[in-house]
Amino acid sequence: MSKMTLQTEGDTHVVVTRRFAAPPEAVYRAHTDPKLVQKWMLGPEGWTMPVCISEAKPGGKIRYEWSNGKGGGFHLTGEYLELEPYSRLVHVERMHLPDTTPDNHVETRFDADGTGTLMTLRMTLPDAQTRAAMLATGMERGMEASYVRLEGMI
Amino acid sequence: MYLYKIHLMSAVSNLDAAFSALADPTRRAILARLAKGEATVMELAAPFEMTQPAISQHLKVLEDAGLVVRRVDGTKRPRRLAKAGVVAMDQWLAMLRKGLEKSYDRLDEVLVSMEKQKRGDKQ
Repeated sequence: MSKMTLQTEGDTHVVVTRRFAAPPEAVYRAHTDPKLVQKWMLGPEGWTMPVCISEAKPGGKIRYEWSNGKGGGFHLTGEYLELEPYSRLVHVERMHLPDTTPDNHVETRFDADGTGTLMTLRMTLPDAQTRAAMLATGMERGMEASYVRLEGMI
Repeated sequence: MYLYKIHLMSAVSNLDAAFSALADPTRRAILARLAKGEATVMELAAPFEMTQPAISQHLKVLEDAGLVVRRVDGTKRPRRLAKAGVVAMDQWLAMLRKGLEKSYDRLDEVLVSMEKQKRGDKQ
């Protein structure tokens, strides 16, 4: 439905925006309640999240484990820094691929937009090199999805 | 316009080589660096903690795939992104977008079911 935007900003930021047809409270809960996060934060087709820990309080732990069902997987760990229900979340996260990536500092805003929500996710990476590597890693997962689609066509 | 078409056609004919060249994270990072402007092998090697011969090897793969071109400047051979390199990077970024878009499309469905549940609880 609503179009997502993804843009780099300066040398170290990545900004993603997306509109949702639900109030900020619901979108906020879907980002913090582990039972809900587990249902959607899966990236390309074919991935699941067997482990999802999200302690939504300052200093609370985050741990997402993804699996492709074929023995492949990776995980993310992080901590919540600031929580302002239901308008703003600040957390830090890192991927384990299995090498640990540098910390990604993420601020997520949920602003009322008519009857819906405008979500703005702003990532801050330590340096330009890390940002390039992060985008490149995400691209790798996207590539896998395109292979899966290709398999479906054959 | 005609020149642009020739560029586009040569970019497409190199697509297979381009995609296998992009399969390596170091090479994608090199392209990302060159997207910001021309650089010498020494400048490219610095942030990667790799030797210059190792970087040269990656550059050769990128050049053979038509993604990177070199210029002669005295004894230096600065590299820059070729048109096909720009096209290839755009395609990779489009794939990253797709993964994220897929997640948010699922979130739309989760939000719909949350709303249904809420209504159900009230009844």
